Amino acid sequence: MQLMKEFIKGIISENPVFRLMLGLCPVLATSTSVNNAIGMGLAVIFVLFCSNVIVSLIRNWVPAKIRIPIYISIIATFVTIVDLTMAGYFPELHKSLGLFIPLIVVNCIILGRAEAFAGKHSVFSSIIDALGMGTGFTIALTAIATFREILGNGTWLGIPVLRTHFEPVLLMILSPGAFFTIGLLIGFLNWLEHYRKIHHS
Amino acid sequence: MEIKMLLIISVSAIFVSNFVLHRFLGLCPYIGVSKNLDSALGMGMAVIFVMSIASAVTWIIYYYFLVTSPMNFIARWFHIDPPDLTFLRTIAFILVIATLVQFVEMVIQKLSPGLYRSLGIYLPLITTNCAVLGVSILNIDKNYNFIQSLVNGFMSGIGFTLALILMAGLREKLDLANVPKAMRGTPIAFIMAGCMALAFLGFSGLKIG
Repeated sequence: MQLMKEFIKGIISENPVFRLMLGLCPVLATSTSVNNAIGMGLAVIFVLFCSNVIVSLIRNWVPAKIRIPIYISIIATFVTIVDLTMAGYFPELHKSLGLFIPLIVVNCIILGRAEAFAGKHSVFSSIIDALGMGTGFTIALTAIATFREILGNGTWLGIPVLRTHFEPVLLMILSPGAFFTIGLLIGFLNWLEHYRKIHHS
Repeated sequence: MEIKMLLIISVSAIFVSNFVLHRFLGLCPYIGVSKNLDSALGMGMAVIFVMSIASAVTWIIYYYFLVTSPMNFIARWFHIDPPDLTFLRTIAFILVIATLVQFVEMVIQKLSPGLYRSLGIYLPLITTNCAVLGVSILNIDKNYNFIQSLVNGFMSGIGFTLALILMAGLREKLDLANVPKAMRGTPIAFIMAGCMALAFLGFSGLKIG
């Protein structure tokens, strides 16, 4: 039950994108299509999972003063693994995500979870935390990408959904569309929470 | 020719592919530190400073230590064949930037306490600002030479500061506006950033020469 809570919190109450507002750069930049969003999400889950495990394993031996450089080196190692693997097996995805694969290193979610969670908890709960946070990130990213791809390109995951009588709004694929979508989505979630509170009391 | 190239890089870094509004780099400080004009200016100056130095240093690290070339220092010092260490780019750059930020912080603290007081609190934040690592990697990806990298770093910093200051000015006014409750704070800041991005999109047709 406790574990389930740990997992769910990353998706809903502490969603890294919509609630904590962490790691926004890749969210806005790679949400141009659902395909890119899922690729990016999986890359982040992998790095988050591995770094959380390693950080949690060595948490008793790391001197407090130099923990940040150590965490960054661990994260950078796994990012390099993802970068090279993706370049080898999924060259197209690698090309369209481009700069944002190496930039997973400075994604605040990963260092944030290493610092706030994995450095203090056991390996098993760190794994659950990583999976929850990673899933929450991927869901948020895919949600934004869904709006942008359907409105901007008329497709979802490459499948045409709005074929007739619909002129794609190119703006949604370009940079302003990303800002509008995330702004409205966060506003909507705030409204939903506000509504739920009134309803409960 | 060189001057013209530098001009193109500058205009492109500030307006056409603005770091925040077009490339989506450095959004955390853009949303987080843009609440008043003074702190936006301080953050902007710190970013310009660090991005210029980081561009120069990472360029040197990449071309003199990681790439296989006759200039490779590792090969020269140890009298071995030049190794190809380009796969270490991400790790090397992030460690260099983290060290550099710490170093810059200490130097400023010693040499100019006044500057340290105004920039000090922003410097540690910059390590995890993706704009700094982003500009270093972009310089390499675009095959810029040393001077071009330096100019690109500096001008990208200016572009970031421009966007940050515009945003801070708008948000100070926005405090007085009557915004729907659910949209207050970050959501409306994103919508405004979208409007600014829309305005900056107008520069994308710009051609020089």
